[in-house]
Amino acid sequence: MMQVASMHFKERAHVKLNDEVLQGNLRKIKGKFVAKRKASLVELDDFEGTRDAGRAIRQRALDNLDVWLEMFEQNATERGATVLFAQNPAEINKLVLDIATHHGARKIIKSKSMVSEESALDHAIEGAGLKVVETDLGEYILQINDYEPPSHIIGPALHKSKEEVADLFHRVHGTPRKDGIDELCVEARGVLRDHYLNADMGITGGNFFVAETGSVVLVTNEGNATLATTLPKVHVAISGIEKIVPTLEDVATLMRLLPRSATGQSISNYVDILTGPKGRGEYHGAEHMYFIVVDSGRSDVLGSEVREALRCIRCGACMNHCPVYQNVGGHAYGWVYPGPIGSVLTPMYVGLENALDLPQASTLCGQCAVVCPVRIPLPDLLRKLREREFVEDLRPWSERTALRLWARVARYPGLYAWSTRLAVRFLRSRAGSNGMIEKLPLGSGWTSGRAMPAPAGRTFRDLYAERKAAAGKSSP
Amino acid sequence: MRVGFFVTCLVDLMRPSIGFAALKLLEAGGADVVVPQRQTCCGQPAYNSGDRADTVALARKFVEEFEGFDYVVVPSGSCGGMIRTHYPGLFADDPAMAKRAAMLAERTFELTDFLVNILKIERVPGSFSGKLTYHDSCAGLRELGIKGQPRALLAMVPGAQLQEMAECETCCGFGGTFSIKFGEISSRMADNKCQHIADSGADAVVLGDLGCMLNIEGRLRRRGDAKTKVLHIAQVLAGEP
Repeated sequence: MMQVASMHFKERAHVKLNDEVLQGNLRKIKGKFVAKRKASLVELDDFEGTRDAGRAIRQRALDNLDVWLEMFEQNATERGATVLFAQNPAEINKLVLDIATHHGARKIIKSKSMVSEESALDHAIEGAGLKVVETDLGEYILQINDYEPPSHIIGPALHKSKEEVADLFHRVHGTPRKDGIDELCVEARGVLRDHYLNADMGITGGNFFVAETGSVVLVTNEGNATLATTLPKVHVAISGIEKIVPTLEDVATLMRLLPRSATGQSISNYVDILTGPKGRGEYHGAEHMYFIVVDSGRSDVLGSEVREALRCIRCGACMNHCPVYQNVGGHAYGWVYPGPIGSVLTPMYVGLENALDLPQASTLCGQCAVVCPVRIPLPDLLRKLREREFVEDLRPWSERTALRLWARVARYPGLYAWSTRLAVRFLRSRAGSNGMIEKLPLGSGWTSGRAMPAPAGRTFRDLYAERKAAAGKSSP
Repeated sequence: MRVGFFVTCLVDLMRPSIGFAALKLLEAGGADVVVPQRQTCCGQPAYNSGDRADTVALARKFVEEFEGFDYVVVPSGSCGGMIRTHYPGLFADDPAMAKRAAMLAERTFELTDFLVNILKIERVPGSFSGKLTYHDSCAGLRELGIKGQPRALLAMVPGAQLQEMAECETCCGFGGTFSIKFGEISSRMADNKCQHIADSGADAVVLGDLGCMLNIEGRLRRRGDAKTKVLHIAQVLAGEP
């Protein structure tokens, strides 16, 4: 399993906030994803209605997941593919290595799969003495940079600037340093082309598994998944159990939402729908096709209070629009899935106790829920995990005490009036001549980056009572 | 029309003048306003921190104190959002209480929404000389749809010129306890907001929520900007900054 660093969110965020290069790269997200998404939505007559449909399709799949999975298995098997189930990350890796061994594969090419990041599959493959090459450009960049983890689910190397990539290619490929993005892409294509031609096995993720046909749907922009599934003899598609959709027509609806929400494209450059291995007389396709359908915590999510998170189609809109993500980037979150959806899924997949900060690391501003194409109520789900932390005694003692105290006081108006009067007096005693408090005991979280405006003078409650009394006296 | 005014705990504690400005506006608009004396806090801090038992207790208290009014008005999108969108769900296992909460929720309004859509006021007592920019607070905008209302009201203020800033809908970084738990991220978000305010060239940033107000004002002053005013919209409309 990929190493979990989510318990260090705050420390990592601190580092990222002070990384000038990263901050510059992060600022570009808004122009890249946010603006393009917005522009592309204009093409849909009824975007909100399409979101409703997308939500319904995904929810219908989850409500009877066992039925659809069985149908998928049956149909895929009938079409000549092998369907395998992995309960945990270790099983994903074992199944992949077993398949490789069975077919005598020495070199494996991969297109993007976030599920394989969960199990750190590349490390397992290399550990077994086989070669693996990532073919998604972003993933390739990270792989040759000593397996840097991805920082975004659709733009894994989003945190890297063009200059950093140019330096990296120059160093690793031993070629003259290039300046233009086109030149860099041509160089990567050249390097990857050879790998495609002599690989024994191709691994992909799966945007959707289609129950009625037993197909996998792959959504890409670089065509690398198309090559990785047609040139080698063996194709292995890995994805989560929740990626099932009942019908191809459902896929059509979801495809109106996915590329637009992700990159602001009407449609991605490539959409592959692969059903079974190459048949007799067929020219293209792998000779052997495997599906690895992964649970790895998903059925627990399905039975939990945050089950709606499984509707996710991995477009990345929630992180692109999250003001916290925009400022700290994906690495701060410390595991495979960053941003709001990651703050729900990571605690569920790696254990809440290993990711205590994540459900708290949101202002609950609600923008993620506004943009989610399948209407996942992310702020509500974060709040549910906060509730779990509170109930399970996973919050610091000081926080719990302060909250409890405030809530108790607020139940008794007399006590409340008395305490707020004291609080006003205390806060005013700390203020400078400009009415600002620069340092507060227990409040350094606030005052280290901001002043705290002091209360005006007296509480509304007291002033209002006085006015009422005065008005009572003056009236006849 | 009997209106129960919910002052909110932050206005009560930090900026009572905003409460009085709101009262003035409601009364000028023809409402018969009552300020229930036993009111305290809507429970949002507990709700967003996962303390459901205390949230339910405070919500129950609120419903009991305010359900007798024709309307409830709140000078905050965030407390308004708590009552309107989250209260009914708190009583999922108590249908009678859930119904009372739902009935109260639909009669609860954020101040600017109430002034524009219920009282339908056409003039305001305040005036302002200079440029204003408006910060859309998250809960008001996304839970209650407060967007056009404050702008329609600011357009009634003689002398006030509205100059929209970039990313006026982006969170200022307050987020309740988030501002203390994740002070560094929160401060950075506030700083981004302050930069947009500065870039707009406005003399004052106007908003509808105390949390954002304290956060933005605190960051502006720490940045060394002693000049840009941070005003609640009630202050501008009532002419009582």
